[in-house]
Amino acid sequence: MNDSPTLADFGQDVWWLVLIKIVGVFGLLVVMTLFAIVFERKVVARMQQRSGPNRVGPRGYLQSLADGLKLAFKEDIMPALADKPVYFLAPVIATIPAFLAFSVIPLGPEVSILGERTPLQLIDAPIGVLVVLACSAMGVYGIVLGGWASGSTYPLLGSLRSAAQMVSYEIAMGLSIVAVFLYAGTMSTSEIVAAQAGDNRLDFFGLTFDGPSWYAVLLPVSFIIYVIAVVGETNRAPFDLPEAESELVGGFHTEYSSLKFALFFLAEYVNMVTVSALAATLFLGGWRAPWPISIWDGANSGWWPLLWFLLKVVAALFVFIWLRGTLPRLRYDQFMRFGWKVLVPTALVWILAVATMRTVSREYDLSSGEVAVYVGLPIAAVVLGVLLVASRKSNEPTRIAAVAAAAGSTNPTEPEVLPPVRTGGARHRPAQRSGPARAEGGFPIPPMDLVVPPSPRLASKEPVAAGAPVASGRRRPSPTPRKDDDA
Amino acid sequence: MGAGIEIGTAETVVFWILGPIALAGALGMVFARNAVHSALFLVNTMLALGVFYVVQEAPFLGAVQIIVYTGAIMILFLFVLMLVGRDSSDSVVETLRGQRVAATVLGIGFAGLVGAGIARATEGMVVTGLEGVQGGAGGAADGNIEAIAGLLFTRYLLAFEVTSALLITAAVGAMVLAHIEREPGSRLTQKERSRARFLTSDHPQTLPGPGVYARANSIAAPGRLPDGSPSEASYATGVEPQVVEELPPGDPAAGGSDAALGTTRGTAR
Repeated sequence: MNDSPTLADFGQDVWWLVLIKIVGVFGLLVVMTLFAIVFERKVVARMQQRSGPNRVGPRGYLQSLADGLKLAFKEDIMPALADKPVYFLAPVIATIPAFLAFSVIPLGPEVSILGERTPLQLIDAPIGVLVVLACSAMGVYGIVLGGWASGSTYPLLGSLRSAAQMVSYEIAMGLSIVAVFLYAGTMSTSEIVAAQAGDNRLDFFGLTFDGPSWYAVLLPVSFIIYVIAVVGETNRAPFDLPEAESELVGGFHTEYSSLKFALFFLAEYVNMVTVSALAATLFLGGWRAPWPISIWDGANSGWWPLLWFLLKVVAALFVFIWLRGTLPRLRYDQFMRFGWKVLVPTALVWILAVATMRTVSREYDLSSGEVAVYVGLPIAAVVLGVLLVASRKSNEPTRIAAVAAAAGSTNPTEPEVLPPVRTGGARHRPAQRSGPARAEGGFPIPPMDLVVPPSPRLASKEPVAAGAPVASGRRRPSPTPRKDDDA
Repeated sequence: MGAGIEIGTAETVVFWILGPIALAGALGMVFARNAVHSALFLVNTMLALGVFYVVQEAPFLGAVQIIVYTGAIMILFLFVLMLVGRDSSDSVVETLRGQRVAATVLGIGFAGLVGAGIARATEGMVVTGLEGVQGGAGGAADGNIEAIAGLLFTRYLLAFEVTSALLITAAVGAMVLAHIEREPGSRLTQKERSRARFLTSDHPQTLPGPGVYARANSIAAPGRLPDGSPSEASYATGVEPQVVEELPPGDPAAGGSDAALGTTRGTAR
């Protein structure tokens, strides 16, 4: 435990050591970005039964490096309507805070670099985690200004969305961290890691054992809210409304090209790495080895913790990618309603519960086992019961329909009061009588006797029956060699 | 109190670099023609102030200045400014004659008064540092955050709560003014509309676009069915269908849209 740095260990490095750390953090972030892009494309490809990038470098792992070089050599376009100074500054404003935020992330314990003992962290402060919050608050400016300065409609819409989205989800993110501050008694990142050091001795009515000490386990609600909020904060799917490509072309960066676009791209991925690293620091024990490895004595000293830390970061990045590969994008109103009506109130109630439990256990000198039995279990039971009743109630029609369908009914739904179908007006949509017949259940079925009509471009006008290969129109089957030529 | 302490070199350097930057930001905010540029200059000044707080051993205040003022409040300002539109620069026409001269004179006079007042009040003051002011239990020795929390929740609790009540009142008032009452159930939800579409219409899926057989780029032209006839379902909402110039089918000499696809004739080798 001697390796665990405290606040007093910071700010005493020699200048060249500070320089090495700065370059190291910068290099780590750039390499992590390149890795994250390839990793994302590979993982999403695997989820979609494709192979993903596989041309550049070994198994395609240098693809993002090639893409980055290609971006640098592209033409840099300045739109005629752009506000030039702001248009130029916006990607810079987006990138710099993204890199700055990583400076307070602890990567490991005290190590020896060229004979100097120093913590594997650029800097720490009593307000450590607030630095990350401040940097993410500044990062909003890059996106908002980039969209505004482009002088174009879709980017402006994207930046309006991002302004509202990132401010609201930052509130949920800040509130989710408060419970960690309450438990750890500090805001410094290195001390929060030290507070998860694993000496959480639980006393369960005379039975003592080592409980889990990660805040992801102790404060599960905070962890879940944090994970959801940072997905909104980093504009990642399913919350990628500022760059929703099916609605806003490219969102805030539609007009950007070349290196300016690359900076936005870099900032997004660096932000992802930073919030993943912060999740590992605040909730997943930081650089400390996870349980089976932590039995080995040397796991938490030297350079090994850097490996555990990076593995945790990559695991968190995988969750980001998994979400993107799985969930469809939310509609904007659903998204805002979720943030303000679900995340923020839940976080507030949770902070209240955590603070109450801590005060009660301190005032009455309760052991952790008694707190769990007398406070934790009843609350958990009540919450689960309420959730169960609420979900059964909201799912009632579906359940009834499912039961009826299982009993063999073809039209299980109750006759519904349908809104009158508006006809006339500006719509020129004659009702199609030739369309596919409706199935009994009300849902359309495709025609089973499908005959592909002849393409007007093909010379042969015979209809092709379903299943038969359609002539491509370009190539003929190669003439079969005739036997009788030899004769 | 005791004797004063020396101000560190680093603090002096930071002050003389960031002081002019903060002042330039303030002046730029006043003189910028474009409202968004004005807001950006203000952000610049606020960031400089945040760094000043950190340098003066108040890191919590500095971080909160950046998170709350720069990160949240100014973003909402920008939000409103962007909604107003980017070409709405200030009008330079004076509605009150002599207004600009008067404003300049009064502004300089006010700045002079305030500057002179502060200079007089702080004349000959000894620099004591945070330790000297907050020393003792619950003071700077315990850390800046603990000291602020202790004061905020003991001595200034009432002021703190009253301020938050004021802010909540303002927020509720704004919501009451902006709120539009709607009868519950008067608007169909997306789910209800989707169900209705499935149960009543023969065409619940996406309407056909111009499609691969299109010969024109206009929304007034219908999409083509594979046999070349126009699809009535593809007419855009609210657009009268009209005869638009379409490429002739399959005439390569005229650059017909089918030229690129090729035909079965002429490709046989």
